[in-house]
Amino acid sequence: MSELFTQAAIVAVVAGGIRLAVPLLVASLGETFGQRSGVLNLGVDGIMLLGAFGGYYAVLQSGSPWLGLLVGIGIGFIMGLVSALMAVTLKAEQGISGIGVYLFGLGFSDLLFQKWVGTPRPIPKFPKLDIPGLSDIPWLGEMFFQHSVVIYLAFAAIPLSMWIINKTTFGMNIRAVGENPEAADSLGVSVSRVRWSTVTIGGTLAGIAGAILAIDLGIFQQNITNAQGFIAIALVYFGAWRPLGIMLGALLYGLVNALVLQMKVLEIIPPDWSDIAAMTPAIITILALVVVATRFSPPSALTKPFTRGA
Amino acid sequence: MLEMKGITKRFPGVLASDDVSFDVYPGEVHTLLGENGAGKSTLMKILYGLYEADEGEVLLNGEPLDIHEPTDAIEHGIGMIHQHFMLVPTLTVAENVALGLRSSKGVRTDLDVVSARILELSEIYGLKVDPNAFIWQMAVGEQQRVEIIKALYRDAQLLILDEPTAVLTPQEVDQLFVTLRQLRDDGRGLIFISHKLHEVLALSTRITVLRHGRVTGSVSAEGATRESLAQMMVGRAVKLAPDKTEAHPTDVKLAIKDLRVLRDRGEEGVRGVDLEVRAGEIVGVAGVSGNGQMLLAEAIAGLRTPSEGSIRIAGTEVVGMNPKEVRGTGLSYVPEKRMKDGAISEFTVSENLLLIDHNESEYLNHGLYDFGTINEHCQQLVEEYTVKTPTLDTPARNLSGGNIQKMIIARELSGTPEVLVAAQPTRGVDIGAAEYIHKRLIEQRDESTAILMISEDLDEVFGVSDRVAVMYEGEIMGIVDPKTATREEVGLMMAGVGREQTGG
Ligand SMILES: Nc1ncnc2c1ncn2[C@@H]1O[C@H](COP(=O)(O)OP(=O)(O)O)[C@@H](O)[C@H]1O
Ligand SMILES: [Mg+2]
Repeated sequence: MSELFTQAAIVAVVAGGIRLAVPLLVASLGETFGQRSGVLNLGVDGIMLLGAFGGYYAVLQSGSPWLGLLVGIGIGFIMGLVSALMAVTLKAEQGISGIGVYLFGLGFSDLLFQKWVGTPRPIPKFPKLDIPGLSDIPWLGEMFFQHSVVIYLAFAAIPLSMWIINKTTFGMNIRAVGENPEAADSLGVSVSRVRWSTVTIGGTLAGIAGAILAIDLGIFQQNITNAQGFIAIALVYFGAWRPLGIMLGALLYGLVNALVLQMKVLEIIPPDWSDIAAMTPAIITILALVVVATRFSPPSALTKPFTRGA
Repeated sequence: MLEMKGITKRFPGVLASDDVSFDVYPGEVHTLLGENGAGKSTLMKILYGLYEADEGEVLLNGEPLDIHEPTDAIEHGIGMIHQHFMLVPTLTVAENVALGLRSSKGVRTDLDVVSARILELSEIYGLKVDPNAFIWQMAVGEQQRVEIIKALYRDAQLLILDEPTAVLTPQEVDQLFVTLRQLRDDGRGLIFISHKLHEVLALSTRITVLRHGRVTGSVSAEGATRESLAQMMVGRAVKLAPDKTEAHPTDVKLAIKDLRVLRDRGEEGVRGVDLEVRAGEIVGVAGVSGNGQMLLAEAIAGLRTPSEGSIRIAGTEVVGMNPKEVRGTGLSYVPEKRMKDGAISEFTVSENLLLIDHNESEYLNHGLYDFGTINEHCQQLVEEYTVKTPTLDTPARNLSGGNIQKMIIARELSGTPEVLVAAQPTRGVDIGAAEYIHKRLIEQRDESTAILMISEDLDEVFGVSDRVAVMYEGEIMGIVDPKTATREEVGLMMAGVGREQTGG
């Protein structure tokens, strides 16, 4: 077990944890916007899968990871609009329509992969950016300041989300619409416009999360997200609908995952246990969820479609 | 300034507004008076753009007004304080006021600017609020002040107040009226909705009465009396003060000794109450809501365990019993939170009416329910208490609030219990039904039930009780005789000025 406490192992766990947390963090932040406005989008995982395949395929064709990210954004945006149409305008049962989007994403991303790619081929990853000065600090430099560019961008999205939700008129409208849509409506805030925007933001971020996941791994395979989209939804509850809480949850999940990986590499976990070990991150997340989630309550109007005068 | 002409609005199965015309001049309070379900809110929601009228037109300052959205109304200087507050509990006062307005800082909120203006308005109109407080932290009276400020912030010239006093204590109502008179004197037009007659007479310039969606009268407040208004509301002459003979109390049936009860949050809400109620008398408990009356009632009914003290019903100690066992000692209980504690919304009307007595032999025939007898009994209750329901098999959730209340009261008053605890027995029911409930309470008293009636309505307390106990902060301030005590005296005791103290 002592080999786990060497510098190399510890640095690898922390740096790996941060990397693994990012797709989850991005998808969760997106879902937060929807949920704060009262819409539960269960289709995150499906959108992530489509974004992952689209991103992967674009990089495969063009060689540019940035073009892949752009395609992920586009796919997420479109799927966000589709989700908003179903949940907000058509007032579909949010659980069911989300599962529909998930199943579509799961099947369609694999279908296109089989048809257009067939055997997995690696693609170029995002460029790394060593932050000048900071990256040379022993231990910390390698843990925090030698990541690829998108990882810094993803963490920059946290304060940005906090600012949008808490300090802007749009954010105030989101919070109002999620708690008491009647009140917001009576003051001329368009409930459907706010919800269309937030669900589209959520879809776009899910698409980005998927693209980052595939491009960061440099590969695509069937069901590459492994239900991370659902963990992302759980993290929104875990984080009590607040960006900082979500960051903590995503990091916890990433670190536990990285730790399990490292223990496999070092053969601390016997190979025939590896399936069980693979479940630990999910189990720890769920346990934390149970402890935390009971203390905060979700937006009052979550999952409730709005109709004036009803 | 405002004219509504020939407004008609149909809901599936209900004509909520039937050719109604209504107008308001600047600088007056025009009251809409009517029982629950008369169509008052519907008419106002049409004016405010929440519903569209099927027929009729609205003119503002002589020009036809086309309103489809609340924003249209706001733009034309119409503000509405809704019966159910339109506030977001998780936002602050300033955020609630700022909602829907353009910010002076572009995409960022300008809450500092909004807060400053709120404080100005609050100064001018005596509406004390803290712009940074969250709505969920505030009492209802404060929340209402926020609603008024919201409308004034948007410079509403025509202000609609839908039953603003329903949730207020008497002191808060007085305060509200001071503000409303000031707004009226500014030259604004006020539409005031209520079904409390003395409030209507105290505030209004003119009064229009609605019944079943139609205007049944429109009068000047001068010269109107409570009786004449009640007659227009109900459609027949109504006795507002029940006929009552002298009480002949006998044995003590309900004996409460040094009772202490904790609130949910752990502090003491009932602090050492001693009270006796005898067979054949009605003891009224007056007090501003939140002074421990509800805890007292819940403790008697076995819904809340006292921390100390004793409660005896017909000689049996009931502290520690569950609600069913308490009922077994001869208690009937009309809870204040009737929707929550008094009815099962998925059950039908007749099932709800039978909830308590369903094991009585008169309804059973060889162990099976005798539906003939049951229906007869239920039909009789529904008629006596004028519970408006399509059939006895309609689920309770489809009834309006007032009718659910009447259903529960019918059930609890139908037997002859040893002790009856009735909390706010006529809150939310119409005048006709209230008249009947009061009559039944007095009849029950004469059949020698011991009755404890908790009420915030002083008219009711004075009209029905034989003795009045006033509660303040969990203690009984004193017990007075309603025949000799004055309202002022009781009002002072409700505010904590005790007889004992003043008397030395
Ligand atoms: N949205 C609605 N759908 C169907 N019926 C309604 C609706 N709103 C009100 N009603 C009915 O219209 C009538 C008038 O209701 P309302 O205007 O709320 O009365 P009031 O405010 O005078 O108590 C009632 O019978 C009520 O059940
Ligand atoms: Mg109403």
